[in-house]
Amino acid sequence: MYSEKVMDHFMNPRNVGEIENASGVGTVGNAKCGDIMQMSLLIEDDIIKDVKFKTFGCGAAIATSSMATELIMGKTVDEALQLTNRAVADALDGLPAQKMHCSLLAEEAIKSALADYYQKTGKQLPEGFVIPHSEDHMEE
Amino acid sequence: MSEERIYLDNAATTQVSPEVLSAMVPCFSNIYGNPSSVHGFGRDAKMMLDIAREKVANAIGAKKTEIYFTGGGSESDNWAIKGTAIANAGKGRHIITSAIEHHAVLHACAALEKQGYSVTYLPVDKEGFVDPEDVKKAIRPDTILVTIMMANNEIGTIEPVEEIGKICREAGVYFHTDAVQAVGNMHIDVAKMNIDMLSLSAHKFHGPKGVGALYIRNGVKIANLIDGGAQERSKRAGTENLPSIVGLGKAIEVATRDIDTKIAYESALRDKLLTRIVNEIPETRINGPLKNRLPGNANVCIKYIEGEGMLLMLDMQGIAASSGSACTSGSLDPSHVLLAIGLDHETAHGSLRLSLSSLNTEEEIDKTVDVLKASVERLRSMSPLYNKAK
Repeated sequence: MYSEKVMDHFMNPRNVGEIENASGVGTVGNAKCGDIMQMSLLIEDDIIKDVKFKTFGCGAAIATSSMATELIMGKTVDEALQLTNRAVADALDGLPAQKMHCSLLAEEAIKSALADYYQKTGKQLPEGFVIPHSEDHMEE
Repeated sequence: MSEERIYLDNAATTQVSPEVLSAMVPCFSNIYGNPSSVHGFGRDAKMMLDIAREKVANAIGAKKTEIYFTGGGSESDNWAIKGTAIANAGKGRHIITSAIEHHAVLHACAALEKQGYSVTYLPVDKEGFVDPEDVKKAIRPDTILVTIMMANNEIGTIEPVEEIGKICREAGVYFHTDAVQAVGNMHIDVAKMNIDMLSLSAHKFHGPKGVGALYIRNGVKIANLIDGGAQERSKRAGTENLPSIVGLGKAIEVATRDIDTKIAYESALRDKLLTRIVNEIPETRINGPLKNRLPGNANVCIKYIEGEGMLLMLDMQGIAASSGSACTSGSLDPSHVLLAIGLDHETAHGSLRLSLSSLNTEEEIDKTVDVLKASVERLRSMSPLYNKAK
């Protein structure tokens, strides 16, 4: 049911952990429906120098978290803001339909960490940026 | 994938035993007649069918004329529930069941609710037991059927069916039991247990898939689910699946013959498995009772991690298990059974079911616990919940 890439990122997840004194931290999802993702970012000069995740969830939740960290590592904040769940799923060679919400959660976790960074640094959030709410995917 | 895989998902299905397979083989080649045919080919097939029916009847203390072959446990459950509901609608339209039944029962009841029947779903205690007193209290003048499973597929609880059956018999209400998980794992006597209908399925006790039976006590009023030819005493049409029926007969004969050895062997392995898990992995809990539990059933919750991830990680290391997590069911809700015994969603998501057969060895159990321990540590190290709890 999962692609080889998903299994690879599940069995050998990249960038697991937490960053001390992170520039931004975001947590989305809830334990009730079985997924929680936490992303922490280290940002210097608007560049994502480091990103780490911790995830409670199924195989797809762990794999999408891992892939999302790879996709934004070394990117600018603006580039990271453009990350879509589609891009995460595509980079994993696709996800089963019922697991697409995991990729959405990964996108939201990154955006939530970026929002935290904006708030901490007192920067203006970009136009049209919606801070993901951790209950969002409950309504799916 | 490692060469030596360990199969601990016997509640899902079992391996067909060599004995069963060799009993089936002639029915694919030499004995290919239609049991309904008059000629010798047909008579040979009919004879095999009769022998299989007798074996099933003997295994559960029924008469040969009370056994009807079906396409499996789900068909048997649907037939018992819908067939009784239709045939007895004149008396009433109320059915009593429990919150922890298999979906074949729950969804059959839900389908009847849409047709205007009313269904009472009895709660269970924290170990999964239905209280017979609750059954008694729930019976109304318009109650036509009580359907309570003999043993639960997820947490292994063996329900007090004999007492429930007695209550139903005294109240003049039909009693059906889904015994799909129970057959071959406990002694069953439909007469002593006051059972009017009983569902069973061959592949749960080393028989083939897609074949089962419904025991219907002589005299029970039940409508057909599948109309057509005169097979199964005109109650279940369709040319009989003879190879599978013969396999069912052989499998139930063997399962009943070896039952005491099996119960002793599997219970000991199961207890070792559960003891090691709760002693060696912190923050785990056993789901289901310690007594009156299916011999091969182990079910635990492992906090701070999610079941599907655990299954995948075990699978990558050659161990086949099962989980009540939402991610394996395709919905957001974890197992209805685990919720019914009072677990919160978060804990229920971390459930793991390991179901044994007599083919499992002590070495396999030891290896499983070792692999599980390492996998749990890995997944917990990734879990944001684990940190918060520490």
